[in-house]
Amino acid sequence: MTRVDITERAAKVVKQLKAKHGDLIFHQSGGCCDGSAPMIFEKDDMYLDESDILLGEVEGVNFYMNQDQFEYWKHTHLTVDVTEGRGASFSLEIPLGLRFLIHSRLLTEAESSFFNSK
Amino acid sequence: MSYSKPQFKEKYSNFINGKFVPPVGGDYFDNTSPVDGSIIAKYPRSQKEDVENAVDAANAAKEAWGNTSATERATLLNKVADIIEANLEEFALVETCDNGKPIRETLNADIPLSVDHWRYFAACIRAEEGSATELDQNTLSMNIKEPLGVVGQIIPWNFPLLMLSWKLPPALATGNCVVLKPAEQTPSTATLLMEKIADVFPPGVINIVHGFGPEAGKPLASSSKVDKVAFTGETTTGQLIMQYASKNLNPVTMELGGKSPNIFFNSVMDEDDAFLDKAIEGAVLFAFNQGEVCTCPSRILVQEDIYDKFMERVIARTEAIVQTSPYDSSCMVGAQASNDQYEKIQSYFKIGKEEGAKVLTGGSANKLDGDLANGYYIKPTLLEGHNKMRVFQEEIFGPVACVTKFKDEAEALEIANDTLYGLGAGVWTRDAHQLYQIPRAIKAGRVWVNCYHAYPAHAPFGGYKKSGFGRENHLMMMSHYRQTKNMLISYDKNKLGFF
Repeated sequence: MTRVDITERAAKVVKQLKAKHGDLIFHQSGGCCDGSAPMIFEKDDMYLDESDILLGEVEGVNFYMNQDQFEYWKHTHLTVDVTEGRGASFSLEIPLGLRFLIHSRLLTEAESSFFNSK
Repeated sequence: MSYSKPQFKEKYSNFINGKFVPPVGGDYFDNTSPVDGSIIAKYPRSQKEDVENAVDAANAAKEAWGNTSATERATLLNKVADIIEANLEEFALVETCDNGKPIRETLNADIPLSVDHWRYFAACIRAEEGSATELDQNTLSMNIKEPLGVVGQIIPWNFPLLMLSWKLPPALATGNCVVLKPAEQTPSTATLLMEKIADVFPPGVINIVHGFGPEAGKPLASSSKVDKVAFTGETTTGQLIMQYASKNLNPVTMELGGKSPNIFFNSVMDEDDAFLDKAIEGAVLFAFNQGEVCTCPSRILVQEDIYDKFMERVIARTEAIVQTSPYDSSCMVGAQASNDQYEKIQSYFKIGKEEGAKVLTGGSANKLDGDLANGYYIKPTLLEGHNKMRVFQEEIFGPVACVTKFKDEAEALEIANDTLYGLGAGVWTRDAHQLYQIPRAIKAGRVWVNCYHAYPAHAPFGGYKKSGFGRENHLMMMSHYRQTKNMLISYDKNKLGFF
């Protein structure tokens, strides 16, 4: 069972970015403008600690979210997708004219008891 | 009245050291209009080298500019204000084309407010004084304010010229040189402004570099030759910029958005009068600027005993919103600024519905006819649910408000403060006690009381919690762009006697 998945077209873009930049991470942003979107960075670009929750791995890339935000998200399953667009953040896909985005659904009962029963 | 798409050149340049210069690498990107998806023009896809050139130009200019008199700087700021004002309609049209917002907003809000921010800081710098304190008979402590030097500014796309006009004037008034990166979605009015004011400031004082975040924004935010970074945007980039600043031990100011509650107490319906009408409009202001406002009143909290009657009128007012070509002066809600915003908003409709939110009105994209079929239009939407739903907790940045009810003051405050953010809030009541006590108990930097979405210069604006820090639009912003030089002067002729 997974908390986070990725669509085929998004996986393709991740592969392309890995070939160019090496190891990467996803971090889910919050807040205004380009917020509420997953951002992808070189692995060591962002300082992560125990306040960043590792939700899972997609296409060999760890997906993190800040603990505070996770509290409001933990009942949902996420799928990383990609669409045409522009973003003003530092996320590495932006120069390709693309933006990652998140599709969400509720966790199933089985998923929910697996992940959130502890 | 209807306007049409303004004329643009085929391509534009960066503005560095007082001149328009093409990007070193020769790459450009296509900037499109969200109104109809058409191409506006090509803008520089700048890289680190372009940013370095701009930062070097700013550093070369900073000493002379930092030593100009307050009179001189204020005169130039006022000149910019006059130039924007004299070309108001041109700026408004370009802004509408680039951002997708209705022409009535750019003509009456974005551009006139921009003018006023330049004038406000021109006035501040003239009126302000340093301080001197006689610590004892022979010792004087004198505080002299000095500019930081070179400031990097990264601004968003929701109010392009206005955000520029929140950021540039306080930095320039206090004697700093600036390198500013506009958002890549909306580079047009910053460029138009530079065309109009190219000769106003000495070369290097204002530098504008276009490009993408990872290629141009990051080198600016992490440059060791920049003395401060000011950013408006979202939390992850905010954290990265603070990280880069920590390497340089540089100060930063951040405005990172919110999920603002707009609270309606039952007394608003005590009379069916002008004030009730104002309160209903106050709720519908969630649709202002397509909801692409950091302080969008995106959570509507209504006291339960007036809920049905009040919401009936809010829904009717929302459904009366005219969504048409943003160039038409009847347009009230225009296009979302980009395709990815458009998609993101729709993904929130989906999870909102899955979580059990009820669509009171809207809830989908709005396919308009003709040329507008390729634009990014979303129907103004009201979702009813509870505060733990993700649509109540995340900034959707669309014309979407989430509605819930509360029993009493305590519950209103509990819901209002149950958010990661604290930028704006609204409180609507006829009760004199609530007018003061409720705003004081809300953890947000700006609480509008019996009004909403006013952003005058002279009222400080900034966030609590994850919404950031720093207070813009007010003379206190000048301290964020300054050092304090303390001169401690002894008028005592006698030695200490220690050695």
